[in-house]
Amino acid sequence: MDQLLQQLINALSLGGIYAMLALGLAIVFSIVGLINFAHGDIMTFGGYGIFLSMVFGFPPIAALCIGLGAAVVMALAMERTAFRVMRGADVISLLITSFAVSEILKVLFQNGISARPVPISFPAAWSGSYQIGGMTIGVAPTASILVTIVSLGCLTFVLRRLAIGMAMRAAAEDFDMLRMLGVRANRVVAAAFAISGLLAGIAAVIWTAQRGSVDPMMGFFPVLKAFIATVLGGLGSLGGAVLGGFVVGTLEVLTQAFLPDALAPYRDAIVLSAVIAVLLVRPDGLLPARSGARS
Amino acid sequence: MTGQSDTVLDVEALDVRYGPVRAVRGISFGVARGGITALLGANGAGKSSTLMAIAGVVPVASGRVSLFGKPTAKTTPDAIVRSGVGICPEGRRIFASLSVEENLIVAGTAVATPQVAATRREEMMERFPILGERRRQLAGLLSGGEQQMLAVARALMGAPKLLLMDEPSLGLAPQMVDTIFSIIEELQREGISILLVEQNAALALEVANHAVVMANGEIAGQGAPADLAGDTLLKSAYLAA
Ligand SMILES: Nc1ncnc2c1ncn2[C@@H]1O[C@H](COP(=O)(O)OP(=O)(O)O)[C@@H](O)[C@H]1O
Ligand SMILES: [Mg+2]
Repeated sequence: MDQLLQQLINALSLGGIYAMLALGLAIVFSIVGLINFAHGDIMTFGGYGIFLSMVFGFPPIAALCIGLGAAVVMALAMERTAFRVMRGADVISLLITSFAVSEILKVLFQNGISARPVPISFPAAWSGSYQIGGMTIGVAPTASILVTIVSLGCLTFVLRRLAIGMAMRAAAEDFDMLRMLGVRANRVVAAAFAISGLLAGIAAVIWTAQRGSVDPMMGFFPVLKAFIATVLGGLGSLGGAVLGGFVVGTLEVLTQAFLPDALAPYRDAIVLSAVIAVLLVRPDGLLPARSGARS
Repeated sequence: MTGQSDTVLDVEALDVRYGPVRAVRGISFGVARGGITALLGANGAGKSSTLMAIAGVVPVASGRVSLFGKPTAKTTPDAIVRSGVGICPEGRRIFASLSVEENLIVAGTAVATPQVAATRREEMMERFPILGERRRQLAGLLSGGEQQMLAVARALMGAPKLLLMDEPSLGLAPQMVDTIFSIIEELQREGISILLVEQNAALALEVANHAVVMANGEIAGQGAPADLAGDTLLKSAYLAA
């Protein structure tokens, strides 16, 4: 029972990170048709933002905020320098552009900072644990779940209640029509990138707080899982991205906890096989985007 | 005879191309201030292409479009709309996954301050009571006629001086077609100039004060509706394509 609850918390915590990354990918994809392969580098950049501000002596909380800001700035800079000129290009051209952006950033991280992990020393309390009803629960996974819930709640509010959020939903449906209502395309696209950057920054905060280090590949593997989550949930579907993130996170934690040691090397293969099995039954994903939403 | 003050839209020798296809070939016409110009012609004649070029959505290959006396070269659709143009495009293109009210909120974001937009939303729901009744419903669940009203209301959120309408009556029940046409006349009485693309030539000629007939990307003829109604030219244009 204890074991199961702990694994549940781990699953929600990891799933939440994947969900936020997947959501960032899905928001951008739904509006500009870009599958942003460099999304992981936004997360990594956020991680380095935290690292560098700690090096420069900022207190941990301030460092986390700077990391968030760094991720937002990186996402906006990417859009402005690389993707805006490619607006309207086909999915493949955009994907290849994002590969290039990703490679450039990785080289900059490796040569500008370090190819190896750099440590971040957060207060010891953050990696501690607490007792509830005789069960030991980690502080970091709990905080991670709370942050995820608050973030998803805020995002829902923005998309449902604020005019800019409604404009983003409208843009996902028919971008040209939005412009025929006088809305400046660049603002909506920038807002989408800013939100995706913020979500990647939050993922970076949770990730580094739990692991205590940053390396040039930090964002790569979680975003790879987030890609799988978006496809599993239904490419371009925001609800699907969140659901997919939690499913992939849960599968990963469960296979890690309960798979016999002999099968451990096949963990990812087993998770991916499960995803493929789902896609065989539901080719458009668990919660498909509305059909014909993008022209 | 000052062209600036008596027309809101001037199209001169407009060409629209899609790759090698010349969809619109050197056409010239205008919309008088406070007037309705009907743009008629068979399917594929180039009416929508003309409208989209005026709106800045498809590029002007050559020629000139002037709105309110100013050339629109290299202007983006959003800037054209903010200069006082409302657009009801072909197929209505309402945001189906947004509620009726959300469609209007989005339409108000760029063309009015939040307070003005809120007031106009209420005006729209009074003018089109069905939209008020269904304000929380998904726009995709409205009937065709209701969707067209939403498309008109959406285009009016910026209080435009010129309205571009592409086949607003297409696919609607006869009674709804009448409603749409009476809305068009009402808008004109309020001082809005209108460029009306229509398949329903008879009704369009009734409300228009100038008519332009297109065939194969060119203008087959233009003039006062009374001269064109029942004209062989009009019939041949519809049979052409
Ligand atoms: N996006 C496009 N790409 C290529 N050809 C197009 C496109 N849109 C319209 N056309 C062509 O341009 C011509 C005029 O079309 P259109 O302006 O839609 O006519 P109408 O509105 O009078 O029916 C047609 O031959 C049509 O096939
Ligand atoms: Mg047409």
